[in-house]
Order: sequence, then structure tokens, then C-alpha cells
Amino acid sequence: MYSQGLRDSAAGDEPVELLAAFQARIDKEEKIEPRDWMPAAYRKTLIRQISQHAHSEIVGQLPEANWVTRAPTLKRKLILLAKIQDEAGHGLYLYSAAETLGESRKKMYDDLLSGKAKYSSIFNYPTLNWADIGAVGWLVDGAAIMNQVALCRTSYGPYSRSMVRICKEESFHQRQGYEIMVKMAHGTAQQKAMAQDAINRFWWPALMMFGPSDKDSPHSSQSMKWKIKRFSNDDLRQKFIDATVPQAEYLGLTIPDKHLKLDDATGSYTHGEIDWKEFVNVIKGNGPCNQQRMAARIKAHKDGAWVREAAEAYAKKLQNSKDNKKEVA
Amino acid sequence: MKLYEIFLRAKSGLSHKHVGSLHATDSQMALQNARDLYTRREEGESIWVVDSSQIVSSNPSDKDAYFAPAEDKIYRHPSFYEIDKEVKNI
Repeated sequence: MYSQGLRDSAAGDEPVELLAAFQARIDKEEKIEPRDWMPAAYRKTLIRQISQHAHSEIVGQLPEANWVTRAPTLKRKLILLAKIQDEAGHGLYLYSAAETLGESRKKMYDDLLSGKAKYSSIFNYPTLNWADIGAVGWLVDGAAIMNQVALCRTSYGPYSRSMVRICKEESFHQRQGYEIMVKMAHGTAQQKAMAQDAINRFWWPALMMFGPSDKDSPHSSQSMKWKIKRFSNDDLRQKFIDATVPQAEYLGLTIPDKHLKLDDATGSYTHGEIDWKEFVNVIKGNGPCNQQRMAARIKAHKDGAWVREAAEAYAKKLQNSKDNKKEVA
Repeated sequence: MKLYEIFLRAKSGLSHKHVGSLHATDSQMALQNARDLYTRREEGESIWVVDSSQIVSSNPSDKDAYFAPAEDKIYRHPSFYEIDKEVKNI
């Protein structure tokens, strides 16, 4: 889901024996560590996936930041700030994991800010009413958890360890979101209408987070073979729907899909067609908030430049005074 | 910015354990960033930060040369020695 914009990696001309030995390690469920030999395409796929995942965490702070100053109570404000801080942390864990593959932090930032790198399509939707913060926690983080729990077993060690850490923290995000939804859905008629409005707008974009349908996801099979991915997009999406529909029923809210139906034979829900045109359009940069998100990131990076420069200057000064002392001694 | 490796001691009695890395311009900033990044939920009561460039590590391709010799020295384990059941407390 965080690799929505992946293209095929070129197959390298690597020795067959090395490739076979690598696959054998993967098949034995051995984790691959930074300095181990790995196929160039494995490295490239991981760098793209992990950095996109990191970008998603960073940009994901923005829709929520919209409500920090307008959170309805001090308690909600504290929770929201803690959650946003977690997202920044998740981004940093992931940038570190990507760096172990030889990608520089600067290049990743530059690629995000220049628009070259992608991030999850979901963060290009606006958060218009307070219930949206509930829906983001419940549906967006819920979908993210579905994917991230699966990624805890991904074959690359540093990525897997980051995911374990992130999953531990993410569960609070989903639960606080659902709690907001409960309060709103069981509140006044006006609050309930806001909750319904939020689910109306976030349901389909949340389903799109899992990425294209399996039949249109050509990179998936290699990623599955390398155990970078452990489940297909459609399987995870189905798991999410099956877990979430009963939660919407508890809230007394309607999921905006008139084709949604419980299949008694399988115990799973069948659902209507996802608007993939909208998905592709948002990925391409034409979602409701793409420009606003990028502008906010670029401004934050520019505004922070003097802090980075001051820190570098201070470190240099420290180093100089240390060197001077050595000379004297 | 320099890369630092972060180690946390979860509680006294345990050793410091590697938890990840981060960027900082100096070791003091690394310590402060580590506190914000890796201990938001009481994960540690002591932090070590190490400049990554200072770490010397074995090479994965030397794995066998380094570690394989230990494989056939099973006499280093107590289970190697057969002692009659009637002998107690050994």
C-alpha cells in the first residue's frame, strides 16, 4: 500500500548461484541484513517501498495537524499531538531502515520535495470536520495496521524491526480514532451526521490504500517471492473490510457501498467496484490536497533550514575547540 | 549530520540493546533526539548513543571463517558429557 507507485525494477545480470542462494535463504525464512549480499532489484524495490512508506508517515501528519488548534477538548488535543509525534517517529524509523540499504537521507527528502517520490494517496484528502480525525484513526490507521502487521514478517531485517516498533504504537491510533467515532455517532443528530459524512468520504480512499487489485499489480509476484510482501493487496483489503464492517454497524453508521453484502458461505463481505480512475488520478498529483501537502512540506523544510545550519555550525565549533585543546596538550 | 546508533537499557539489570539509529550534528543532540524518538513509552531508563562510523563490524562474507570453528566443538557444552543418573547435583 505504501508502494502504490512502484514500477518494475530492472533485472540485474547477477550470478545465478548467488541469486539461488539468496532465494534459498528467503525460503528458509532467514532475515536479510544490511551487509548481506542481495539482488540489486531487491535492494531497489525495498528502497522505494520503505522510503515511500516513510514519506507517507511524514505527510500523514498534515491532515491531522489541521485539527490541533481546534480539537474539541484539551484531552483530545494531547492525544492528537501524541499521535502526530508518533507519525514523525515512524517516518524516522523508516528513513533509518532505508538508509541501511545505501540510500541517503538527503536524497529521500529531495525526492519527496521535488515530487519525484510518491506517498500514500490517502493523505491527499482533506479533513473537513472533527469526525474526520476519528475516521482517519479508525479507517486510515486501521488499513495501515492491516498492512503493517503483515510487514512485521518482511524478509529485510531493519524494515521488519521498524514495523514491529510501529505496530506497537499504531494500535493506539486506531483505538483513539474509533473512540472519537463512538462519541460522535452516539451523540447529537448533528454529530452523528458529521460521523456519517466522514465515513462517506474516507471509506473508498481507505480501501484504495491497499493498492491496485491483484490482477493489475504486476510487481506483487516478485515481492511475494522475496517475501518483501507477505499477502496480496486484495487479500489484505478483504481482511480490512471483514474486520471493519461490523465496527461500522456498532456505530450505527452506513458504509457508502450499496453492493456491500455478507456472503454467508465464506463469512466475507463482497463489495462494489473501486473507482481506480480516482486512485490513479490522486497518485498522479491531482487529488484534492496534493499541492497543499507538498507546499506545506516544502515550506517546513525551508523554514527549518536555519536550525539545521545553526546545529552544523555549533557542531563544528565544538569540534574546533576539541582539536585546539588537543594541540595545546 | 552524522548517523548515530541508539542503545537502550529497558530497566536496571538488563544490558543496553540496539533499537535503531538517527541523525544528529553532535552527540548531545543525538542523546536528546534518542529520548524523543525511542523512549516515548517508557522503553528505557538509560540511553547510549554511538557515532556509527566508530563501529567496527565483522563482514558477512567472513561468517564461516569467524564462526564455523565453534560448530564442531560440542564438548564445550555440558550436554556433551554422559554421567550416570544416580549421580545427583551435577
